[in-house]
Amino acid sequence: MSSQAAPVEFHPRWFRKRVSTWWWLGEWHYLKFILRELSSLSVAWFVILTLFQLRALLYGAEAYARFAQRLQSPLMIALNAVAFCFLLFHTITWFNLAPRAMPVRVGGKRVPEFLVAAPNYALWLIVSVFVGWLLLRRP
Amino acid sequence: MTDKIVLEIARYEPDRDQVPRFENFEVPFRKEWVVLDALNYIKDKVDGTLTYRWSCRMGICGSCGMMVNGEPKLTCATFLSSYGRDAKIRVEPLRYFPVVRDLVTALSDFLVKLQKVKPWLIRHDEVPLAAGEFLQTPEQMDLYKQFSMCINCTLCYAACPVVGLDQEFVGPAALALAQRYNLDNRDQGSEQRLGALAHPDGIWGCTFVGECTRVCPKHVDPAGAIQQYKLKAAIEWVKSFVLPRGHEDHREERRKEAA
Repeated sequence: MSSQAAPVEFHPRWFRKRVSTWWWLGEWHYLKFILRELSSLSVAWFVILTLFQLRALLYGAEAYARFAQRLQSPLMIALNAVAFCFLLFHTITWFNLAPRAMPVRVGGKRVPEFLVAAPNYALWLIVSVFVGWLLLRRP
Repeated sequence: MTDKIVLEIARYEPDRDQVPRFENFEVPFRKEWVVLDALNYIKDKVDGTLTYRWSCRMGICGSCGMMVNGEPKLTCATFLSSYGRDAKIRVEPLRYFPVVRDLVTALSDFLVKLQKVKPWLIRHDEVPLAAGEFLQTPEQMDLYKQFSMCINCTLCYAACPVVGLDQEFVGPAALALAQRYNLDNRDQGSEQRLGALAHPDGIWGCTFVGECTRVCPKHVDPAGAIQQYKLKAAIEWVKSFVLPRGHEDHREERRKEAA
């Protein structure tokens, strides 16, 4: 069923403005939303990069050295820096949205939003510290 | 002499104009005036043909919603002074709605959508009046109260880009109101609403821009209502695979309850 209502008597001509393809450029809130949507590309980028890293590992030390060499090019460093910023943006906005989708109730009362978001951040911190320790400890 | 402020107002006369045009009006700048006061001043003293909707002047009726400097606002709650003395204030009809005349939008699309989600209490069993009122605990009321504060001002529709891009999208206010009744323990109609809600034009049309919640003058949080329903619909869908029997029993139970 179409929800489009037809113009009625005494309203001879309605003016309906077409939404521009660039609707998201004019307003910061909209632009932020589109940037957030685009940030999923940087998530995909790191997944692909990890797959290539595994592939290099599979082909031996020489291949891995070549892969590491490629990562050191200024272009790759710039690309990864931008992708990392987007990844942070993606993660932070995702955690901040979590309490909106999951209203946690304890004893009939709604738990404040920051208390729902906080465990996400805590877990993120713990995992990051653990991974950092794993990478930086002496073999 | 009193200070003046300029209002740039969108005018559209369907018999004359192909597209809306802007007209400037100078009005006195008074600290206690809201945009609606300025519009009423123009209609009274300057140009009686200026057309717009308003009624209560106190943020209850939801009829005076307009775009003020590009933001959906209730004009009865938007002070001229918040834009500064020298600012030009641009007033336009609510975005994404068809314009009937000047600042008046056609609400027929919205009303059709609103009806689709059946925003009223649905009962399978009519309890006789003699049985008394439905009692509800404060906790039961708290579940839906926030979503019941909607005044149908449609500011959320003017804020939602999905509404503009997809005219079939049911939209924030209607979805939040559906959730208001789904969460009410006196209601038994959630199955009947499921078809319209768990649909590409329903909750799945929402991309969670979140602007509806930001502009809502009544703090209804339509975006929250939609995401909560998405989560519920997704869990139900998974359950139907993981626990096909249990799920069926559950449905049977509900059917019995309905009968």
